[in-house]
Amino acid sequence: MTRLGLAALLSHWRRNPWQFATLIAGLALATALWSGVQAINAEARASYDTAADVVSGSGLQQIRRADGLPLSIADYVALRREGWQVSPVLEGSLARGDSSLRILGVEPLTLPQAAVTGEAAVQSPFADDGIFNKPDVVIVHPEDVAVFEGQSVTLQTDAARPRGTALADIATAARLLQSSDNITRLLVAPDQPLGLASLPPEYSLLQAAPRNDVARLTESYHLNLTAFGLLSFAVGIFIVYGAVGLAFEQRRGVFRTLRALGLPLRNLMGLLAVELGVFALIAGAVGVTLGCLLAAALLPDVAATLRGLYGAEITGQLQLRPVWWLSGLGMALAGTGIAAAAALIKLARLPLLSFNHPRAMSMHAAGVGRWMAAVALGLFVIGAAIAMTGQGLFAGFALLACLLIGAAFCLPLLLSGALHLAQRFHRGTLAEWFWADSRQQLPGLSMALMALLLAMAANIGVSTMVSSFRLTFTGYLDQRLASELYLTTESQAEAEDILAFLKREGVTVLPIIWQELRIGGLPAEIYGIRNHATYRENWPLLASVPDVWDRVAAGEGALINEQLSRRNDLQPGDRLETGDMVLGVYSDYGNSAGQLVISDGLFAQRYPDVSALRFGLRAANPQELAARLDAQFDLEADALINQAELKAFSLAVFERTFSVTAALNILTLSVAGLALLIGLLTLATLRLPQLAPVWALGLTRRHLAALELLRAVCLASVTCALAVPVGLLLAWVLLAVVNVEAFGWRLPMFLFPLDYIKLGALTLLAAFLAALWPALRLARTPPDQLLRVFSNER
Amino acid sequence: MVLKITQLAKRYDPGAMDVLKAVSLEMAAGETLALTGESGSGKSTLLHLVAGLDRVSGGSIEVDGADITRYSDAQSAEMRRRVVGLIFQQFNLIPSLTVESNIAFHARLAQRHDPEWAAHLSHTIGLEDHLDKYPEALSGGQQQRVAIARALAARPKLLLADEPTGNLDETTADAVLKLMLESAAEAGTALLMVTHSPRQAGRMQRCLTLSHGVVQASGAPP
Repeated sequence: MTRLGLAALLSHWRRNPWQFATLIAGLALATALWSGVQAINAEARASYDTAADVVSGSGLQQIRRADGLPLSIADYVALRREGWQVSPVLEGSLARGDSSLRILGVEPLTLPQAAVTGEAAVQSPFADDGIFNKPDVVIVHPEDVAVFEGQSVTLQTDAARPRGTALADIATAARLLQSSDNITRLLVAPDQPLGLASLPPEYSLLQAAPRNDVARLTESYHLNLTAFGLLSFAVGIFIVYGAVGLAFEQRRGVFRTLRALGLPLRNLMGLLAVELGVFALIAGAVGVTLGCLLAAALLPDVAATLRGLYGAEITGQLQLRPVWWLSGLGMALAGTGIAAAAALIKLARLPLLSFNHPRAMSMHAAGVGRWMAAVALGLFVIGAAIAMTGQGLFAGFALLACLLIGAAFCLPLLLSGALHLAQRFHRGTLAEWFWADSRQQLPGLSMALMALLLAMAANIGVSTMVSSFRLTFTGYLDQRLASELYLTTESQAEAEDILAFLKREGVTVLPIIWQELRIGGLPAEIYGIRNHATYRENWPLLASVPDVWDRVAAGEGALINEQLSRRNDLQPGDRLETGDMVLGVYSDYGNSAGQLVISDGLFAQRYPDVSALRFGLRAANPQELAARLDAQFDLEADALINQAELKAFSLAVFERTFSVTAALNILTLSVAGLALLIGLLTLATLRLPQLAPVWALGLTRRHLAALELLRAVCLASVTCALAVPVGLLLAWVLLAVVNVEAFGWRLPMFLFPLDYIKLGALTLLAAFLAALWPALRLARTPPDQLLRVFSNER
Repeated sequence: MVLKITQLAKRYDPGAMDVLKAVSLEMAAGETLALTGESGSGKSTLLHLVAGLDRVSGGSIEVDGADITRYSDAQSAEMRRRVVGLIFQQFNLIPSLTVESNIAFHARLAQRHDPEWAAHLSHTIGLEDHLDKYPEALSGGQQQRVAIARALAARPKLLLADEPTGNLDETTADAVLKLMLESAAEAGTALLMVTHSPRQAGRMQRCLTLSHGVVQASGAPP
């Protein structure tokens, strides 16, 4: 009985392959977008974990020389003799041709256990029998092996290592880097002996940065990607909902017959659940595979974005991870369950004797439309409550969900209203029929149109956010990076030499001097700045007291960044725990830490031992000045940064970000277009009884097909018009709520009308293309097929 | 008795009028009975109750010696699989299955599929050349003949037909009824048929007329 029932149910799909393809494609695409994003996230997170495995010292205190000079082995020995449990790390770059590699040299015997976490701990290269007991061992990613050609080292490949970073014993690293005496930093073990002498004055102790700094910064980016993936998944689920709902409607007669012939309801429900479960697994597997391909295509751009924005190292290569396979299949099953739940419940409640009333679907849909509008209203109320009282990132995304689902649920009622209005102001019989017929079609197309609304709103929202981010950030770079050149010196002595040279050349020098401190228990930075027009004319102040720059210069208080202002609820006029009065708040995008700016005089009083090693240089011809400085002082490659190059690099990072969001935008819109195509194709067969009488009354098939196209474009146009305010609201929530919760600063929102017009045109094109095929099929429908409608009506 | 109905009552809503009131009837094996009456008299309701498609409000129905009024959904379904055959006015074939599969469907569901008997029925209804076609390719009369073959393929003890010729022209309707009566007689199946047509009712052994839910006349057909 089970096998026979299943065969009867499955025969529907065999006879309606397009509907089957629709269902599988919708679910597969939804899963692909979701699992693609998950794959990118999983890969990036795995890269952070690997990157943080050893040695970076994150989570550990570090010792550096107070005078800024490099540490030497003598320093290490001196501190060990004092009883300090420290471990040396040597870090440097090994170049070969165009490629270079970061070498991390560690001392395995003294390396604190707390510095060894993650996969490296499992592999345990530091164990007694570990590979570092062998001479000249270097652990590298398999693709970095080429850099070591010609070097006398024993290479140990490890695919889990981040690309571009090799791990070695400090002696091996010193040999490779040709650095006989230097140490980059000293890691301080968490457990130090009792009665330890205080740190000698020539050294300074750097507080441990929170271990998950990179993760925390990048988490927001991943959260945005996840939200986008989830939204794409939701768009795909609308397709599945439409396809499953339509298949249930079409098979209503079959269900009734099966039950009348003796198949119990429970068995029927079970068979349908099995049928959908199998479909979900098939589509899920296809979707995860597609997602893998999508992730592989997008990962290099995401990696570049994360590296550029946050300095997070991502390998840029995809590995197959069980977690997102399982997640993809789970989402496919869950999505199908959600999409099919309503249809299954309806089936369970369907009276066995109910007939297939021709208007049953639209009558039912009218009830559903009112119910959806009521749910939408409820969601808007919840959303408003969250907007007024909610806090945290979760509340931000809950607000987004309420807004988007509420807007989608409102759509059928709004479209129906618009069509009703058009019907009222029609001229002519044909127009009356056109609008009335459009309203009758609405229930069958509303899911696809909701998907279109969500896709376009998401595109507008995300594009507005990214474009606003770019516009703000580049403007901010222009303000904050006002100096034409940025110089980093290696020592106080070198700094003094270069400053003397610059003074002779008449170059304005702005020292960049800072000290780390903690405010409210969190890491922060305090800067001392010179009283100069560069700051007065360029710095982006969000709020300030009158005569702010004069008062800063007079040492009356401090400027703070927006993050510190929001985090500690500090406004101009308030007093900081350092004793400084807040004189102004400036925007500080791309930084998670709190920041204070005081005058250089006040800074020198407070931190007499700290001297500037970085400087901003105002130069009319920065290239020429850079060349002369380099020629004069033989500077390291990264000692001079040209502001224009930095800005160009930042813009390049944004272009990468754009390519990721643009790809996801196009994919989401394609999915929505597919939803419309599927809706129209599946409706096409049901449409014949409605179109045949009009055809018989004198309209040609070609005319009917043209009206079908016009209808699709009209419905898409109204949907587009409604998507614009929803998308702008989405952008506002992303910028003013989610961004503040995630990053700690608020971005101003800019509008890009030309982009929206282009997007609207693209959406209408998608709707036109989606309607083209069903319309062509209608235009070519043989007359005998239309005539059969009348013969079946007997 | 294949069917024994005693004091049957049916009411759709509490407080509403009874659709059926104290209806009683009996049918022996192989007997044919026409159920007639004006629209809304309760004919189809009676048929649905006998098929276990709906719940009674009072009285009892015994099908093949078993009281089906307290059957669960699963028990009713089993009864429909094994004891009863159903023919609808709207044919209700499964559109995605071929004619051959549709004919065999009910018998397979009842685990009583007999290929020879199915082939014989296909031949009897004159559609042996259309077995690989789908229902949409058949005329209304042909579809109803498939529905008859499907109902008889499981060798039911009781065949319930709800205006089986209501959608057919007179000539086709006569042919279909003849086929149904002959096939039912060959299978030893009792036939309870709802019809509006006195001409069709006249070809049955007995006739029972309902009016406003009450048995108005019972006996030989007019």
